[in-house]
Amino acid sequence: MLLLSFATAFAQQNQPVEMADALRGSGKIYVVVCTIVIVFIGLAIYLFSIDRRLKKIEKNN
Amino acid sequence: MKFIYQTWWKVITVIVIIYTLIAGLLLGVPAMPILHETIRNTYFHVPMWMAMFTVFTISVYYSIKYLQTGEEKYDLIAVESANTGIFFFVIGLVTGMLWARYTWGAFWSNDPKQNSAAIAFLLYCAYSVLRNSIDEEQKRAKISAIYNIFAFPIMIVLIMVLPRMTDSLHPGNGGNPAFGKLDLDNRMRIVLYPAFIAWSFMGVWIASVRYRIRLIENKKNQIN
Repeated sequence: MLLLSFATAFAQQNQPVEMADALRGSGKIYVVVCTIVIVFIGLAIYLFSIDRRLKKIEKNN
Repeated sequence: MKFIYQTWWKVITVIVIIYTLIAGLLLGVPAMPILHETIRNTYFHVPMWMAMFTVFTISVYYSIKYLQTGEEKYDLIAVESANTGIFFFVIGLVTGMLWARYTWGAFWSNDPKQNSAAIAFLLYCAYSVLRNSIDEEQKRAKISAIYNIFAFPIMIVLIMVLPRMTDSLHPGNGGNPAFGKLDLDNRMRIVLYPAFIAWSFMGVWIASVRYRIRLIENKKNQIN
């Protein structure tokens, strides 16, 4: 009985760790990647525009 | 100081961060139990702290420079860098809590890393409170600069040193070698290190914009 439980314990260790590779493979993860990239590009453009406006104000001062 | 008015490094920063967003989500990562895909949090959570360290270091540097020269603009750089650092601090704490919910089981498990990060956060909140409670400008600048110089090493010890000396659950801390030399393979390095640098420059960019606004506000106040 004890041996059997050890055997199952070792069997569990040998199992590969489950990753979401299938999800990425099926193509859906690219949607998320695109969303994140769009959000970040949007924020970056916003930051650039703040920078530009600030430059104008600095010139007037 | 001229470079904060230039654009080229901001463009590079944005491009590198976009690279880490794409590569960080799509490139292969080591398969590890419990962590699973949350190992990718390393690319996004840890750079927040790196950005925070960078701007806090700049803040201390200019606090020292202020005490040396007494020029007001150094004080303004110090305070705006610290403010930006507090922002990244909050983002780092919140992303860490979210990750902890799904790997440690609770948003807040009173882990040494979490607790000392919270204390360090209060330390910088106290900087902000101290600063805003003094009306006289030179006194305010001087006292907050001295406080900042003391707060910085204590923050480093609280976040980087103390959790490593006890049994923290956080990767890389006491008896928990995850993300050490063994686990962090080259696939992760090519994303993680650019992310550190790029997010640090992002912090510098935001701090510099805040400083430039503060400079104009300051000028307006002097005329009145």
